[in-house]
Amino acid sequence: MKPELTVTPRLAPGVRLNDKSQLPRTLLMPERALRLNGPSLEIVQLCDGNHTVQQIAEKLHALYSKAEPKRITDDLLGYLALLHDQRAIDF
Amino acid sequence: MTTTLPTPLALVAELTHRCPLHCVYCSNPLQLAKRESELPSETWIRVFQEAAQAGVLQVDFTGGEPLARPDIVELVHAARVAGLYVSLITSGLPLDEAKLAELVEAGLDHFQLSFQGATDETAREISNSTSHPQKLRVLQWLKKHRVGVTLNFVIHRQNIQELEEMLALVDEHRPGCVEFASVQYYGWALANREALLPTRRQLEFCVAKLKEAEERLKGKTRVVFVVPDYYAKFPKPCVGGWGRKLMLVSPDGAVLPCHAARVIPGIQFENVKEKSLREIWESSPAFQKFRGEEWMQEPCKSCDRRHQDFGGCRCQAFLLAGDAAATDPVCSLAPTRGKVDLILAAVNQPEQAIPEQKPTYLYRPNPL
Repeated sequence: MKPELTVTPRLAPGVRLNDKSQLPRTLLMPERALRLNGPSLEIVQLCDGNHTVQQIAEKLHALYSKAEPKRITDDLLGYLALLHDQRAIDF
Repeated sequence: MTTTLPTPLALVAELTHRCPLHCVYCSNPLQLAKRESELPSETWIRVFQEAAQAGVLQVDFTGGEPLARPDIVELVHAARVAGLYVSLITSGLPLDEAKLAELVEAGLDHFQLSFQGATDETAREISNSTSHPQKLRVLQWLKKHRVGVTLNFVIHRQNIQELEEMLALVDEHRPGCVEFASVQYYGWALANREALLPTRRQLEFCVAKLKEAEERLKGKTRVVFVVPDYYAKFPKPCVGGWGRKLMLVSPDGAVLPCHAARVIPGIQFENVKEKSLREIWESSPAFQKFRGEEWMQEPCKSCDRRHQDFGGCRCQAFLLAGDAAATDPVCSLAPTRGKVDLILAAVNQPEQAIPEQKPTYLYRPNPL
């Protein structure tokens, strides 16, 4: 399920990032773990319940200014939908 | 051929074999570890630190009943501080609200509650104990905490008919995940196989119901279904491949590549009391025995699926084919598949041929 731009995603209960000192950065979940790098790590770090999807998109637009903004937003929505279906985030 | 050594990702910490339940399919070995042989807290704490250093991400606290250890809160805390993601796999029995709060406070990430059925009556028959009402209480207490929750229903011939009621519990409590784990046949479950192996018709019912549930619960609860591998066309990638992802430390400190590995004769398991976890992972003969592909026979050796299922389960190969290096007999390509088909044929006789009577179970006892 794709999120609305106004919702504030946050990690689901039982889901957390491993410690900064532990590389590679990994999203830890019941019985599973997801290696994160680049944009996926930046997105997950912003899923803190304080940023709307719109705000996350704007941060990514600034970070990846050479890419087309609409494309970034579409990819973001797709990735958040995937994390939601995997029960990694709530929104 | 050079192969890089895999990194262990998961540690199964079998803290004790003591348990208030006596489930007829318990995954513990037939020879249970005695209480007096259990590792002390400080050894477990060292094991968690060594595991994290070796690259392990997650630890599953199990047993027996892990809550039977009086130091459980201290162990959860130590594992979390060591950098591990901590799951508790429990019957929920020796628990009260205060203890749950302490566990969460200590850093517990994930609480997996096992169910023997959807009704008290079935749960009693399977576990030879009273536990179902307590599990329902635990579900209520869990709502007060922000912790991962998985409901684990172990399913088999005697409780598949309660699937709808099990799903109703899921609807009511909305855990992050629900597992419908079919019994697999080792140890205690093998001894009780005749009573537990479902019919093909039951399995088809289950597949249809759970497919529907998965659709309905998408985005709410993740539904995991583990099929009974006797009915599968290809074997399961048991423990993600021998010595490839997982290490299990038993209550007395012996380190095993899987729950059932002790059934394979001639393997010496090293102990955390004598060696570090990393040393055991990297160089113990037990972990090397079926690591990689060198040990494989045909048809595995030249099979395209060998990187997917790693030849299936070594323990099952020994138990059913009499050779731990054989292709898992549940594989449709295995020369010994006929043995599995015979077992299935006996279960799937026309229904009027099966006399309906209460099975006689071999219950798992408590260790001394």
